[in-house]
Amino acid sequence: MSSPTEAPSPLTEHWRHFSRNRGAVAGLAVVLMLLLLALFPGGFAPHSPIEQFREAALSPPAWEDGGSRRFLLGTDAVGRDILSRLIHGARLSLVIGLVSVSLSLSLGIVLGLISGFMRGGVETVIMRLMDILLALPSLLLAIAVVAILGPGLFNAMIAIAVVMVPHYVRLMRASVIGELGKDYVAASRIAGAGTLRLMFDTVLPNCTAPLIVQATLGFSGAILDAAALGFLGLGAQPPTPEWGSMLASALEFIQSAWWVVTFPGLAILVSVLAFNLMGDGLRDALDPKLKI
Amino acid sequence: MALLEIEQLNVAFGRPEAPLIAVDGVDLSIDEGEVVGVVGESGSGKSVTSLAIMGLIDPPGRVLAARLELAGRNLLTISPRARREMLGRDVAMIFQDPMTSLNPCFTVAHQLIETLRIHVGGKATERRAQALELLRQVDMPDPEHRLDAYPHQLSGGMCQRVMVAMAIACNPRLLIADEPTTALDVTIQAQLLDLLLALQQQRGMALLLISHDLGVVAQVAQRVVVMYAGQVVETGALPRIFEAPRHPYTQALLAALPENNVGRRRLQTIPGTVPGQFDRPAGCLLHPRCARAVSRCVLERPALIDGNPGSQVRCHFPLDGEAP
Amino acid sequence: MLSYVLKRIGMVIPTFLGITLLAFSLIHLIPGNAAEALSGERGMSPERYRELAHQLGLDRPLSTQYFDYLGHLLHGDFGRSISTHESVLKEFLTLFPATMELALCAIVLALLLGLPAGILAAVKRNSFLDYSVMGVSLTGYSMPIFWWALLLIQLFSVQLGWTPVSGRIAIAYDFPTPTGFMLIDAWRSGQAGAFESALSHLILPAIALGTIPLAVIARMTRSAMLEVLREDYVRTARAKGLSWFSVVCVHALRNALIPVITVIGLQVGTLLTGAILTETIFSWPGIGKWLVEAIHRRDYPVVQGGILISACIVIAVNLAVDLLYGVVNPRIRHSR
Repeated sequence: MSSPTEAPSPLTEHWRHFSRNRGAVAGLAVVLMLLLLALFPGGFAPHSPIEQFREAALSPPAWEDGGSRRFLLGTDAVGRDILSRLIHGARLSLVIGLVSVSLSLSLGIVLGLISGFMRGGVETVIMRLMDILLALPSLLLAIAVVAILGPGLFNAMIAIAVVMVPHYVRLMRASVIGELGKDYVAASRIAGAGTLRLMFDTVLPNCTAPLIVQATLGFSGAILDAAALGFLGLGAQPPTPEWGSMLASALEFIQSAWWVVTFPGLAILVSVLAFNLMGDGLRDALDPKLKI
Repeated sequence: MALLEIEQLNVAFGRPEAPLIAVDGVDLSIDEGEVVGVVGESGSGKSVTSLAIMGLIDPPGRVLAARLELAGRNLLTISPRARREMLGRDVAMIFQDPMTSLNPCFTVAHQLIETLRIHVGGKATERRAQALELLRQVDMPDPEHRLDAYPHQLSGGMCQRVMVAMAIACNPRLLIADEPTTALDVTIQAQLLDLLLALQQQRGMALLLISHDLGVVAQVAQRVVVMYAGQVVETGALPRIFEAPRHPYTQALLAALPENNVGRRRLQTIPGTVPGQFDRPAGCLLHPRCARAVSRCVLERPALIDGNPGSQVRCHFPLDGEAP
Repeated sequence: MLSYVLKRIGMVIPTFLGITLLAFSLIHLIPGNAAEALSGERGMSPERYRELAHQLGLDRPLSTQYFDYLGHLLHGDFGRSISTHESVLKEFLTLFPATMELALCAIVLALLLGLPAGILAAVKRNSFLDYSVMGVSLTGYSMPIFWWALLLIQLFSVQLGWTPVSGRIAIAYDFPTPTGFMLIDAWRSGQAGAFESALSHLILPAIALGTIPLAVIARMTRSAMLEVLREDYVRTARAKGLSWFSVVCVHALRNALIPVITVIGLQVGTLLTGAILTETIFSWPGIGKWLVEAIHRRDYPVVQGGILISACIVIAVNLAVDLLYGVVNPRIRHSR
């Protein structure tokens, strides 16, 4: 009989659950790799992402005829190295995800807390507002915001954040309403905690699990939305190496230069898949009740 | 030949290296038209036994038996198609929670007619009338309107009547009732038991009634099987088995009844809990909880021994024998 | 049931008003206004500008302008396109059938493949089939839809030469299109090969557009079925001796469909978003392409009108799904 051991900390428990999901661990590995690329793009990219090598425009990847080791994944129409652009694009994608998710998360948490605590008229107004935002297809709403603010990467991030806010508000409000019925909140109230303190110190920490999951999945949504806006020419503007805008004029190269079409999309797919796998794994690890 | 013959039934779940043994070497036989009651605590394996008879144990559950026969047919080797023909027609089952056992999206009529359609056939136009007649036979109040009702519009007692109607629709030879009254009010319980008994007598159906409630079993059964931790520990005919129990567990069950505790401060209980997956004793399964246990009980697992008339007991020192 | 219906319809009205307010604000938040847009590159004298602004009603208070706008909307006047001078509503109605045909095709594909995939994955849980279905679904909604469309074109149109790259039908065909649905009109025209041509043009965009709904439907069906298969009434169905098909596809599916229907309705937004991107790639003459071109041309009445109408469609479909849910779920159908 082994001697009784201390119960493992919640963090260890969560990690153990998470790590049993191989897909989630793979996702985490890819995300960490992206982070590495994002932090030190210069260390990995052979060339500058915006330098044009006109003489080598549209050269194929290294393993095809006509390709060279100099441009491992080939070059685009104006001779920029695709591999370097992809690596620098990783930083952009992570920044897009971070900024959009942070913006919408903060606004979502505040609005969700307010509507969950206040109920009544304030809640109705906020939720109707969210319904309106949700009634618009996400890309249309993003396009509307970009139309107002003008095209550009930062405006695209704001647009994406606006699109995501209703999801966080709904989530937060549902969690808050669920928690408010519990005894520990009543106990805090009786002990004299004010509303602000109740909101941020008492209730919010207990609602974090679904928020963490949604935020992780929000990263993947943000990357996809930014890519869509970039593709339409409404997001990142040239020569910014954002993955979606790299595909903007790709249609004309379908027959002549398949690498211009394939690699940026592959980068998007791998990153989004990684965040989705991580998000699914987190959902299973943090709340087994949600697991199906 | 008995209608239902079970010999050495074993049902295990979980990994083969560390199995959870739900049913451990159970022998059971039921004759045509006989009413047998199975009693025991939760975890005694009574429900799992009935599910094994019906063939409703899914992998990773493993069902093994020396003999598992219904009306002479070997239920271990029966083809899936033959089993589906048998279920509902030759043997039927009603379950514990009637409100969730009926499909909420279909009317009572639909669910009754479905049984008739697959097992009895005949003309579609007649089936609705047959369904109505079935509802009358189970004493359903206002049967014409209830036919087109949805389950959520019915009370628990009414839902259970529908379940009974579905079960007897094809005149099965054996009806298995797994805790049929547990989820119902006491007054409805009595009505339902009377109904089951009346149907059983009218149709000459064998009835296997499973319950943790000794009172329920005592009202209806002719013979009782007492189960503990997956094993049969005593069998015998009513009323003798309850008047003069031979196994300490049966005696303890009786002693815990409120009727037998009048005047006491506390109910007599059986200390301890049913063995779980990892603490199944090598000897007698009851010995950790039995006041009469001695070293032989710890080391040697008793066999089920025939006593006089038609009773069996699994104990080294039955209550009517020598003391340990 | 009645109170459920009324309540649902009642909730729609404030949302609709909110959308109109949003669309109205859109124009006024965009830098520059209609008068400036009309003035073009040359600019204009301040007097001319004031005159024009007065003509367009831009000098009135905002609230008056809003109610004016609302009034126009309720009469079906969504403004005029700056580039074509056509009524926005009329252009929308002309182009909408193309998008509708594409979207319907996409959702039909998604259902035909997604429902059985989800059912099978649930029935054979944790098997190779289950993991494959889940893996393919996950990849499906992790892909940027426009890239997936490009890949499809690369494989099927360029390398294999099986399908055309753009448009709704080969240019050679010319027949009247009363319904606006190319498949139906081609069939009725009786011209040889017309229907096949229309179909071959439709198939690739439909696959591209339908991929995300397919993934979502498969996942949702699987999880709904897994829950339902655990229920007591499924055990009862098996105890009655029903066939596997009857248990799964009649008893279980009927209950599992309830949440799945809601999900299908929510896909309308995804379909509209996807249509914008898909139509751009395939040069499919629907409202998605129309909106994108309008944005690039700064044709703001079109953008505003398009967004408003799209939002109305989404609200209408969500309302229809809510009502359908009330019908399909007997508990709600029978409540007062």
